[in-house]
Amino acid sequence: MSTVETVAAEPRAATAAATTAVCCTVRDVVKSYRVGRGAKATEVRANDGISLEIRRGEVFGLLGPNGAGKSTLVRQLTGLLRPDSGSIEILGHDIVRHPDRAARLLAYLGQESTALDELTVHLAIETTARLRGLSAAAARTATADVVDELALGPIAGRPLARLSGGQRRLACFGAALAGPRPLLVLDEPTTGMDPVARRAVWSAVDRRRRADGATVLLVTHNVIEAETVLDRVAVVDEGRIIACDTPGGLKAMVDGSVRLDLVWRDEAPTNLPLVAALAGRASVSGRRWTVRTDPDEARELVAEVTRGPAFAALDDFSLSTPSLEDVYLLLGGRHEGLEK
Amino acid sequence: MSTTVFDQAQPLAPRAALLPSLGAVYRAQLSRARVARIPLLFVATFQSIGILVMMRGVVGAHDTEAARDVVAGSAVLVVAFVALNLFAQYFGRLRATGGLDHYATLPVPPASVVLGTAGAYASFTVPGTLVTAAVGCAMFQLPWVHVWILLAVIPLAGAALAGVGAALGLLAPRQEIATLLGQLGMSAALLLGVLPASHMPEAIRWLRDLLPSTYGVEAFARTFTARPDWALVTADLAVCAVVSVLSLALATWAYRKAATRA
Repeated sequence: MSTVETVAAEPRAATAAATTAVCCTVRDVVKSYRVGRGAKATEVRANDGISLEIRRGEVFGLLGPNGAGKSTLVRQLTGLLRPDSGSIEILGHDIVRHPDRAARLLAYLGQESTALDELTVHLAIETTARLRGLSAAAARTATADVVDELALGPIAGRPLARLSGGQRRLACFGAALAGPRPLLVLDEPTTGMDPVARRAVWSAVDRRRRADGATVLLVTHNVIEAETVLDRVAVVDEGRIIACDTPGGLKAMVDGSVRLDLVWRDEAPTNLPLVAALAGRASVSGRRWTVRTDPDEARELVAEVTRGPAFAALDDFSLSTPSLEDVYLLLGGRHEGLEK
Repeated sequence: MSTTVFDQAQPLAPRAALLPSLGAVYRAQLSRARVARIPLLFVATFQSIGILVMMRGVVGAHDTEAARDVVAGSAVLVVAFVALNLFAQYFGRLRATGGLDHYATLPVPPASVVLGTAGAYASFTVPGTLVTAAVGCAMFQLPWVHVWILLAVIPLAGAALAGVGAALGLLAPRQEIATLLGQLGMSAALLLGVLPASHMPEAIRWLRDLLPSTYGVEAFARTFTARPDWALVTADLAVCAVVSVLSLALATWAYRKAATRA
């Protein structure tokens, strides 16, 4: 009897310890859509049994090409969609049962800005702060702070619809920051932004993490961004998570291999034995051939293609260490859709 | 176990209260007028004045039932154009483009969003309605001592029509259908509101009685007589008020449904 009690008590203690460190737990989430009408309708599984755990205070990323199911997952986390099955818990709250609680736990930056388009940047941020529950005075202060932090001053009086894509995105990001929240969910926040604006976004994210211990869930299809800003990343493909680790940990999976890119002037000189041998292994995209190999062979290949007739046919070449894109390909992800 | 989880759960941030967030939505929506709505208000006003000019060709001046209906109907048409047609389009677009997500991921009561937006749209119509009423009174030589009644007619008829407009926009399966329904509603308000009821067949008159704007038109039309029957005016406005409550409740329900389409 006492043994049974001990066994039962242990997982409970483990859960208690885990809930303090875990921000968000997703278990076996399935979400399907119907596409088309009537007899032609087909069912698409946007999320096919997704499980993941986001720790408090980390910047967690969902990386994958367009249509992989990232946004669908995020819409379920934010209470906008109800999963067909599975559970979602955010900071100790069951979001599947109480989707309305999501709005009181997290700030969400979606991909669309139509609700704010005709407002000035200043009013868009202030109104969002008010609707996030701040008093008039607190909303004014929060707006001034955000405008200052993101250097939105020069465009604060202009309507969002009249701004460039990147500026509009930055203004919407500002609206997401107005009013404190322990979790920020950002769906491709830096789309269309110039490097200065991108830097402003990542500094603001980092500040919230360090000062308030905020957790950030970031959706991206940009590989460089994923490698530089994320603590951990889940690679999503066709509705499933195919890997989840730190960017370094993921890259260690393809450790020891390098990538050789060859760009031919026009047709590849396949009459040369070396090039003909490579043809079978390279992934070809137009004039560009990409070969994955170990550093020693790569060195030999470079030496060979940079002399004689092969070099004459070569337009450009590069040798690089593996990126998350290579990990993605190694794991069997589709080639298209990731941004380098 | 559930108590344990509750103890460790992050305390929820407060909700936005109904009235402050209604005010914030109202203020934001009103500011949109500067950007996008002014040209449309000109359209709404010119359209109604155009109808007055056209009807002046067939309806004589002075205190006839037809003249009263034409002037009152044209003035309330401005409200119908903005509150029903533009409102249906606005919410249809917001829903189709994912703009509703912005509101749905903020802890704001649905009623604040719907009422704040409806209030702003009704406010847009005030100048156009007053101008149309003034031009109509001048053209048909009607007394304008009681034009102030519009200050009651606009919010009540506006709210009733805006609720219907919002529900059409939010429930229509596609954005184009929302636009189409808004347009149809406005055409109904035009035909059934401007033309004198006594000239209509029985069936059409029933249809007219179903349209919320009719009661606004009638309340306004009654005030043109030498001695208005204030009891009937109040009764008409009361119908408007009841329909407003119902249609805004419908719109709030539609918003909830559209925002969390699960």
